[in-house]
Parts: sequence; C-alpha cells; structure tokens
Amino acid sequence: MNPVPLYVAIPLGAAFLIPLLGMWWKKSGETLAVLSTLVLAVMAILAIGTPAMVHHMGGWTAPLGIALVSDGLTVLLLIAVNVIAFLCIIFSLKYMKVYTGLTKYYSLFMLMVAGMNGVVVSGDLFNLFVFLEVASIASYALVAFGVEADELEAGFKYMILGSVASVMILFAVGTVYAVTGTLNMADASREIATRFGGAEMNPALLLAAAFFLMGFGLKAALVPFHAWLPDAHPSAPAPISAMLSGVVIKSLGVYAMCRVMFHVFGFGTASPSSAIIANAMIGFSVLSIVVGGLLAIGQWDFKRLLAYSSIGQIGYVTLGIGVGARVLATGGTRSLAALAILGGLFHLINHAAFKSLLFLSSGAIQQATGTRDMKMLSGLRKRMPITAATTNLAALSISGVPPFSGFWSKLIIIVATIRAGLMGVAVVAIAMAFVTLAYYVKVQREILFGPVRGPAESAKEVSPLMYVPMIILAIVCVGFGLLYPVLGSRILEPARDALLNGAEYVKLVLG
Amino acid sequence: MTVYFMCAVLLMMGLYCLVAKKNIVKKIIGIVIMDYAVNLYLITIGYKNNGVAPIIEKTTSPELLERFVDPLPQALVLTSIVIGLGTLSLMVSMVIRLYEKHGTFDMSQISKLRG
Repeated sequence: MNPVPLYVAIPLGAAFLIPLLGMWWKKSGETLAVLSTLVLAVMAILAIGTPAMVHHMGGWTAPLGIALVSDGLTVLLLIAVNVIAFLCIIFSLKYMKVYTGLTKYYSLFMLMVAGMNGVVVSGDLFNLFVFLEVASIASYALVAFGVEADELEAGFKYMILGSVASVMILFAVGTVYAVTGTLNMADASREIATRFGGAEMNPALLLAAAFFLMGFGLKAALVPFHAWLPDAHPSAPAPISAMLSGVVIKSLGVYAMCRVMFHVFGFGTASPSSAIIANAMIGFSVLSIVVGGLLAIGQWDFKRLLAYSSIGQIGYVTLGIGVGARVLATGGTRSLAALAILGGLFHLINHAAFKSLLFLSSGAIQQATGTRDMKMLSGLRKRMPITAATTNLAALSISGVPPFSGFWSKLIIIVATIRAGLMGVAVVAIAMAFVTLAYYVKVQREILFGPVRGPAESAKEVSPLMYVPMIILAIVCVGFGLLYPVLGSRILEPARDALLNGAEYVKLVLG
Repeated sequence: MTVYFMCAVLLMMGLYCLVAKKNIVKKIIGIVIMDYAVNLYLITIGYKNNGVAPIIEKTTSPELLERFVDPLPQALVLTSIVIGLGTLSLMVSMVIRLYEKHGTFDMSQISKLRG
C-alpha cells in the first residue's frame, strides 16, 4: 500500500479523536498524540531512500484528481516535521502540565502537524493552500493558547498577517489557474514550460509569482514581512515555539515557496522572468540576515532573541536556494546551482534541529527559574548541567563553529555565493555569521556561565521527560556535522535533485 | 478586464482598512473585504456571458457545451468561503478575549509587544 496519504490521515484522525475520546478519557490527548507522532516519525525515517511515489486521491489520475507526491524534497521535510513533532510532544507531556484544556492543546497540535504534512505531500496548488490554512489556523490558536494579554495580542497580530498572506496565496493560485487552466502543479508547469519556456513570462504569471513570493515570504517571516514572528514565537508555549521556529516557517514558507517556484514557474530553466524572481528572493534573504541578526543582539528576553535569530537564519536558507535559482536562471553551471541549493536545504534541516533545541531549552530554563529575562539569569551551568550542555551545543552549532552542523551549511552557502559572483552578498553573509556568533556568546555568558545568583539559586534540573528530547536533538546537531557524508547522499542529495529536475517531477505525477 | 480591476481595487480597499484603522474589529472587516475580493476574482475567472450550468447529458449539443461555465472556480470559492468562516470565527473570539483583558478595541492601547 502507498503510505503517502497516511502522513495526513494519521494526524488528522488523531486530531479529531482526541477531543472526542477526551470526553470520557482524560489521558486521550497525551496517549494518542505520542502514539501517532511516533508512528509518523518512524514512517518518515523509513522513507529515506525509497523511490519517489504518487498517490492519486480517489483513483482519479493526475490532471483531474488531486495527487499526493512523495519525492526527495518531501522526504527531507517529512523527517524534519515529524521527528521534531514527536520530540516536542514528549517535551509537552511534562511542560504543559501547568496549563488547562490539554485535550484541546494536543488536538490543535495534531491538526498543525496534519496541515504541515499535507502542504509537504500535496501536488495540487489549491490543496496546498487548504492544508496551509489548516496548519496556520491551528498555529494561530496555539500561539494564543495561554490566553493572557501578551499571548492574545501576539496571536492576533500573527493571525492578521497570516490571513493577509493566505489571501495573497489564494489570489496567486487563482491567477495561475486563469493562465494555465489547471491546478495540478506538474500540469501547470508543463503548460508554462511549453508556452513560455525560456522566454519572458506573461505579466499575469509574473504577478502571480510576486504574490506567491509575498505570501510564502510572510509565512516564512522574511524581512520585510517578519513583524509577527518576534511577538508570536516567544509568546507561545515552549514546545509550540520550537515547532513554529523549527518547522512551521520552513514547511509553510520556504518549502512551499521552493516547490511552487521550481516546479510550477520552472526555475530550472534559464529565463529572464525567473532571474527577476530569484533576485528578489536573494534581496529578501540578505535583508533578513542583516535585520534579524542586528536586532537579535539587543534583545534581553531569551526567547525573543531566539525569534530574531530565526529570521536571520531563515535568510541563510532562502539565500542558498535563491542563489541556486539565480545561477540557473542566468544560464550558469548546473553543478554550482546544485551546490547552492544543497547548502540551503542543509541549513534548513540544521536550523530545524538546533532552533527547536534552543526553544525547548528556553522552555526548560523558564520552567526551572520562572523567568526568561537574561539580565536576571546567571550561572545555570552549575544548577542545570544537562540543559546548559544542550543549550551550549545548539548555540555553538547555530553560530557556525566547526565541526558542528551549522558551520558546514553556512560554509556551503557562502562558497556557492562567492562562486556565483555575488561578492557583496557573500561579504554580508560572512559578517552576519560573526554577528550570530556574537549574540550566542552573549547567551552563553549571561545565562550559562558566571556566578549563581537570583532565580538560578533555587533552580533544579528539569525532569527526564523534558531533557531526553533535548539530548536527542543535541545528538542530532552534532551528528549532522560529523556524519555529513552519510546524511548528504541519503537525504540531502535526493532532495536537491528533486528540486532541480522539474521535468522528472512532471513525469512522475503525470505518468 | 474592468471586473479584474474592480477586484484589485476592492483588495486594496481591504488592505487599506487593515493598515489604517486602529479598531481591531475594523481590521477584521478589512481582512474579510480582502477575502471577498479574492473570492470575487475567482468567480469572475470562471464567468461566461450567457453561461449555463455544466451538466453533461447524452443529448447535450456541442453548442450548449460551448456555453458551459467552468465549475472549478466555484468549487474553489466554496472551499475558500468555508476557510474564511473558520478564520473569522477564530479572529472574533480572539477579539472578544482581548476586549475582556483590556476593555478597549483600540490596537494602539492594546499593543505592548514591540514587533
């Protein structure tokens, strides 16, 4: 049997069963959420190395029916989403004890996972939009889950901007349909390739591409569409912050952007129109790297600092992909484009690991000390050795210290940018990598080292249910850096090839 | 063509309302206007002068086939309206909670987070 629909069906089923069974069975949320995310994580890991698959919903073949597609890029995202969802659920078991309405929490969490998996496997533009909305609406509710003044305000801001993004994406989907007469991505890309292949695109399509870029850019929190993120991510409960920064902005934003740009608008071929879009992507990325990095330095709220850092790091991811797209659009060598895209995808999965680890650590610190103000914290290394060790590892990894994973992915992106001839961009990227190091050194100095004082005096190490997921993520951070040869050929290269070979995607879906 | 421009104008009106108004209920109205502008746009894509409902029978003549409207945008709009309803109800419930906390609908008085 084809496992692709199960990635949506399992979490969706769990999301609806949890509140239903919760009427009689208090533990329904915890039990079902742990079971279903465990199954999903195992399924995603087992999917490594399997050939690309298509499932035609209801037996209707591709251009007519909705196709669910699983190729290399999908598998990469599925692993990131489902493994981190599982670890966040384990972390929630203890962390969320202080909240009420837990069946609703687990139900919304599973709904968010279902939406993200749906976006990742969908082969149909409108279906992608629907799943995007499912995941977004669940995440709006989860950000406001604490229903205190700050949470509500952040949730409301996030919701307003998210709705604008959804309107833009829907408008773009409608425009693509009006021009090509189809919603199936493979069919639309074939239509666009035969009509405009290599030449200037129809202005309507260019408008649609701009709206997609804006809409997905808002979901991915690229500067200048980032205003919601520094409020929304710190206000959510820690496991939700980890999900939002770790995977939501990537699957709803970066992944959807890449999929649409490469597999609908045909970024794989040289054309003046895709060069415009690719340049816009690079511009937004550079802005994100600079603005996110500089604003992060001045933050004294630990989670807020992490949120600004997410903006900067997502800029590196889209920079890698944008440079790859620009090289292809201007007729550069394919191997260079492949290198840039590989760097972007590698940074995507690395950032998923270390940023969710940092947010989980911030949750552990907040629960142990009752504050996340960096001025009040000090010397946690002595009181919370495990949390301090994982925070340290993640901070070293994200700031690009060799041999941890973040170093290699940033190195690949910067090397590709230099070889693509974008010296100015590369200089900014290198400079901002040092700024990243600077603000994570600040985190280490203020929180972890120094004398034990203030709230840290009474702090104790958190329970194993909370630190075990953190240790697993820390191992992943180190592993990604050291085991790149294994990881690269099994996960990253299939993902890169899937993104580069638009023609193969068309063949896969349309048969 | 004029119809598309009107949709774009409506979209911009919604965006203006969202950005310029301080009252959060009015902001929500702006979002709803934007949503409806896009729905209207989708409907006009499938619109045909003198169109008929696309139901194929054995006796359907080729001339009638020509006059069939495209049913797909209508299906999209139905889905989009349902999604819009879901978003709207969540927004309104959040506004009610915000009002309970602050006793005002004015965003500039509610806003404490720095963005």
